[in-house]
Amino acid sequence: MTDPNMTKDPLVEMHDIHVSFGGVKAVDGVSIDLYPGEVVGVLGHNGAGKSTLIKILSGAYQADSGKIIVDGKEAKIENARDARDNNIETIYQNLALADNLDAAQNLFLGREVTDKFGFLDDAAMEHKAREVLHRLNPNFKKFTSPVSALSGGQRQSVAIARALLFEARVLIMDEPCAALGVHETKMVGELIDQLKREGLGILLISHDLHDVFDLSDRLHVMKNGKLVGSVRTEDVTHDDVLGMIILGKMPEHLLHLAGPGATNATGASNGAPNS
Amino acid sequence: MSRLLSKMEVDRRLVGLAVVLLIIWVGFDIASGGRFITPRNIFNLSVQTASVAVMACGMVLIIVTRHIDLSVGAVLGVLAMIMGVVQTDFLPQFFDYNHPMTWILTLLIGIGIGALIGGIQGVAVGYLGVPAFIVTLGGLLVWRGAAWWVTQGRTVAPLDHNFILLGGGIEGTIGATWSWIVALLAIVAIIYAAIMERRRRLSFEFPVKPIWAEYTNALIKAGLVLIVIATLNAYHLPTRAAERLLENKGIPVTPENLQISHGIPIPLLIVALVAIILTVVVKRTRFGRYVFAMGGNPQAAELAGINVKRMTVAVFALMGVLCAISAAISSARLQSAGNDLGTLDELRVIAAVVIGGTSLAGGLGTIYGALIGALVMQSLQSGMALLGVDTSLQSIVIGLVLVLAVFSDKYFHRRYSDPTA
Repeated sequence: MTDPNMTKDPLVEMHDIHVSFGGVKAVDGVSIDLYPGEVVGVLGHNGAGKSTLIKILSGAYQADSGKIIVDGKEAKIENARDARDNNIETIYQNLALADNLDAAQNLFLGREVTDKFGFLDDAAMEHKAREVLHRLNPNFKKFTSPVSALSGGQRQSVAIARALLFEARVLIMDEPCAALGVHETKMVGELIDQLKREGLGILLISHDLHDVFDLSDRLHVMKNGKLVGSVRTEDVTHDDVLGMIILGKMPEHLLHLAGPGATNATGASNGAPNS
Repeated sequence: MSRLLSKMEVDRRLVGLAVVLLIIWVGFDIASGGRFITPRNIFNLSVQTASVAVMACGMVLIIVTRHIDLSVGAVLGVLAMIMGVVQTDFLPQFFDYNHPMTWILTLLIGIGIGALIGGIQGVAVGYLGVPAFIVTLGGLLVWRGAAWWVTQGRTVAPLDHNFILLGGGIEGTIGATWSWIVALLAIVAIIYAAIMERRRRLSFEFPVKPIWAEYTNALIKAGLVLIVIATLNAYHLPTRAAERLLENKGIPVTPENLQISHGIPIPLLIVALVAIILTVVVKRTRFGRYVFAMGGNPQAAELAGINVKRMTVAVFALMGVLCAISAAISSARLQSAGNDLGTLDELRVIAAVVIGGTSLAGGLGTIYGALIGALVMQSLQSGMALLGVDTSLQSIVIGLVLVLAVFSDKYFHRRYSDPTA
């Protein structure tokens, strides 16, 4: 463990999380962590439990047991508002933008700026929107068009800018590059790099290894509700990670790096038999 | 042309609608031998449109949130009956006949009950999750039945003298002088709004329209105001009514004195007031922004912390309030309240809103569009009546226009929804 990030305290730790739905263990004793300025991919097949795990962090579900630690303090996250209060923002796959509103209106949806009479101050909101979006994406020009007129990458910019306006420190992105073209994917990649430089912690959720491999510093791989292992991308190849996703086994040469709770790591804290 | 319009930031759909209206007017005028575009007919048209126009403003919000309200005509009916009974049977127990408090209390009671009826339907839609189509289809039957129940089918008349002024008519206008004052205020407001908007955008260094476009916009708007007011003022009272008015005031009856203008009818003032307030609500308040967000993506609205259920109740309650205002206008115009008042109004209102460019898919629509849509519908109906077209044929035409409007909505929506296309 020589990761320079490890010298700082983690932004978020999820510790020994268990969730079951009607007897099915969706998440079974998983622990993951995220450091400032770090991009971490959470990988796994559909049904591996990655979305459930992340929804616990974003407040959509609640864990049956386990702890969430934010900035070293245990946090209670029971709904989306609690997550927001802990500076954890989620960007959903369907982007959660209102297509008929323009960029500024979407950015400020739910916390509009009003003037002294209580009326919307659209000029002030557009001003702030231009500032934030310019920082993310200097080519962004369509401030007065409805977001339905924007490309997939531009829409991602708006969604990310929205999270930034909430002063997010932890950003959860669900399938950030799904349905995006090559150019757009590159644009989102640049956005993520920039947010990383600004010290945010970013969790990328994907079932497609290629989407996240180059963007991530570390990968948490899940299968059947359990953590297969956590690896640094520089230590592994695509094939190693594919093996983890499909077979649920750590690559031989990395067995010693398997994180706590990993299925087949020696001395794993969770000894439940694999179902 | 289209580049010119986009420079001026004018809604293309609005221009199309204005052209359609112009064609209808000129067509009927030619066909009727010059009887359509006259001060008298324009005045009547504005009074006849008022009731549907007021409800159309609320229906815009309903349809923008992806709902529908089929019960507006029936709700108008029951509210007209209730207000009729309140002003003729209930309030006279406390006040003299034609007491100035009567019409105010009647209207307030009507508005309160309207909000309650709308709110109940809103709870069924928002909290119980019954589709608005079903709730309000049921409402159509329930409230029409209730309208009969209020007096066991008896028509309520005569109504309070002051209340009747809400429906226009010979005394229900504000006269020439006040009409010019209203015109002046409107023009000052148009110019002030344009200057403030431009200043505000410049202070943030946003792009602004070219200055000639600002002048042209303001000039067109002010010109329209002046034309409308001049037309309404050019319609004089009938000789007999003018004579009576002069005699009451003790002014000598001479040919010059008999030329008394109608001016702006009170129902038109009410429409203007409702439209201005709702436009401000839609564009400048959180409520309006949330209505559109709900229409664009209900899930996004919910995730942004908007209480979608409560908003649904509020939108339907607002619709009920506007039904009460429309009920006052239409019963006052007929000077009586019958339980069939407002029959088929739901279709006129929905047609007006759709013709005015509100998308049935939700998320898109304007108040001013709905007003012009209402005017288009009423113009078709009045024009056909003027030409002596059978009422059965009138229904056929109105029905076809509604279908055509939805078709063109789909067609143009596909072509123009993306400004970059």
